Amino acid sequence: MRMAAQPSELRSETYVKPKSIFPRRWYAHLILLIAVVIIGFPLFYAILVATQTNMEVIRYQFFPGTGLRENWNFMINQLGLGRFMLNSLFISVTVAIGKVLFSLLAGLGLVYFRYPGKWLIFGFIILTLMTPTDVLAIALFRLVNAFHWADTYAALTVPFFASATSVFLFRQHFKSIPPELSEAAQLDGANPFQFLFKVLIPLSWSTIGAIVVIMFLDTWNQYLWPLLIIRSQEQQVVQVGIAKALVEIQNDQAYGPLMMGAVLASLPPLIVFLLLQKQFMKGFALTRDK
Amino acid sequence: MFIISPWLLTAFVVFAASAFLGFAFRWQGQVRYWALAAGGLSGLLGTQLAMWPLAYCTFELERMWLDRFLGCLIVLVCTAFFLWISHWVISRLSVGEGLLPKAETYAGVFRSPLAPLLTALCLLPTLIILSIFHYYPLFQTFRLGTRLVRLGAPKTKFVCLDNYTSLFLDPNYWYSLGLTFVIALGVVTVAMSLGLLIAQMVNLPLRGANIYRALLIWPVAISPVVAGVLFQLLLNPVTGVVNHLLENSLGVRIPWLGHAGFATLSIVLTAAWNQMGFNILFFIAGLKNISPELLEAASIDGANAFQGFFRITLPLLSPFTFFLIVTNTIYAFFQTFGVIDILTRGGPVNATVSAMYRVYVVGVLGKDLGKAGAQSLVLLLIVVGITILQFRGSQERVSYGV
Repeated sequence: MRMAAQPSELRSETYVKPKSIFPRRWYAHLILLIAVVIIGFPLFYAILVATQTNMEVIRYQFFPGTGLRENWNFMINQLGLGRFMLNSLFISVTVAIGKVLFSLLAGLGLVYFRYPGKWLIFGFIILTLMTPTDVLAIALFRLVNAFHWADTYAALTVPFFASATSVFLFRQHFKSIPPELSEAAQLDGANPFQFLFKVLIPLSWSTIGAIVVIMFLDTWNQYLWPLLIIRSQEQQVVQVGIAKALVEIQNDQAYGPLMMGAVLASLPPLIVFLLLQKQFMKGFALTRDK
Repeated sequence: MFIISPWLLTAFVVFAASAFLGFAFRWQGQVRYWALAAGGLSGLLGTQLAMWPLAYCTFELERMWLDRFLGCLIVLVCTAFFLWISHWVISRLSVGEGLLPKAETYAGVFRSPLAPLLTALCLLPTLIILSIFHYYPLFQTFRLGTRLVRLGAPKTKFVCLDNYTSLFLDPNYWYSLGLTFVIALGVVTVAMSLGLLIAQMVNLPLRGANIYRALLIWPVAISPVVAGVLFQLLLNPVTGVVNHLLENSLGVRIPWLGHAGFATLSIVLTAAWNQMGFNILFFIAGLKNISPELLEAASIDGANAFQGFFRITLPLLSPFTFFLIVTNTIYAFFQTFGVIDILTRGGPVNATVSAMYRVYVVGVLGKDLGKAGAQSLVLLLIVVGITILQFRGSQERVSYGV
């Protein structure tokens, strides 16, 4: 490889039109279209099957069928998917709000106060990043049972109110906010909580949005923990409901209702994700501007 | 059969640790008696903290060699940990630095007589939840591993390290661990290479790049369970549409879920489909950080597209790549539980029982929480190891900031 271009070469090559080092663009469109089709196919086909009767599914027809109402009835009325979805919605929203509130407070405590041993407290919080909850599930199961929290919403929400990820994101974000703001707030006689609600939160919407997305998805998609701790139908969440539906339909291979359930269970997280996509990218500094 | 007396072991470790630390600080010219003392203390703490909760059971006469080996290993690791702390403390003190990092001088801190109270109010909710629902279960996982605990039975019995030794001697467990690494390798390779390719394409100044991006990343929002259900519809050996299409075009049917190799492949494909959007997002972010002038300059210097990619893009992406390798590995370790439970239930004949799935099979279905706890601890150690590797790797390989 040549180290540097001669000035004359530079002039002759750069000023005409810089040659792209990537393949031609039509190639990119082709690859992307193929990727979109392959990635989209499983959900597309599931949506089709969700409208079909058993007979239509076996005929592999690639257009909507006539079983929509029947499949809906089976999942919602017979299996009670509506209840599961409401449960999931409730715990996901609760966990997302709880995490944002707890982590906003912790971020405030870690940035806007002075005390010895702060690094120790930060380390105590951040170390939990290394231990996924799945590893603790067995011990947590015993603990939550000892609290007599089995089959309650508390078991699905309270253990998840604290989060190292969101504390970390809020701390980073608060540190990037100019300290003059809090000094001005103090001069005006505001207390830390007024400062939090009047100044910090309005400045943190993208971080809050990112945390809401990630925590909502995490909680909605949780499977192992509710499978362990929830036995009653009343409090069951949608993921376990779908898994149960799979067992129910195993004998007659009724994929229509199952796909109806899968599509319905995917709608809330997809909507939240697509609505808050921009905040998600901003909050994780994925669209970093320099 | 040789016998290790706890007291002899302690004395030996104390002596060795003391000599080690004394030797480490010998370069300072004279014998440092406090280095010797600190080394001895580390050895004492290392043996006592490791062995006292176990009551030195690994060195009892009737134990087998594996128990003794594990016992020695625990003592060694624990002592090394305390030696590392002592070394750090002595190094800092001998240079004349304080032990604690200086309090950050942040201009905007709140000053008021109530500040300590307010601080506690801010931090306690998080600290309490983490202590009860994170650190205590962590400690309990350690403890469960040394006990015989049946699901639903209130009484437990101390069994030394039997839960761990039985894991070591169980070929099925080694199979599960190996399978987990194979799945992780598959997910990392497939989801990251395709993710990078797609991210490269989306990053080009294309018409409709935003639409492409949205249409490519949405599977991130889909749960592993639903992903499993969608792929069950596609891959079911009898009614699956993939086999239907394959038979019509090529005349073959593939036992996607009924054959150990194909079932593993199905799990990898499903997981990669589920995880790839995440990689695309982060790779796009990484690519946006690379200034186009660099690639242009390379192309002027006569580099072709491949040289530009391998010599400029890939090295500059390395922090993102490291992060994604760890995230994908952790996904493959834990989130694939849902995929496996839906697609294969560990079958055919336990061929797709991953390490996490085995925790569920042993702990919940088999009602043996002690063994499940021991397995959880093994997984935990692996994850902590991977995270530390990533941390070190990303520190050493930080790309030159452009």
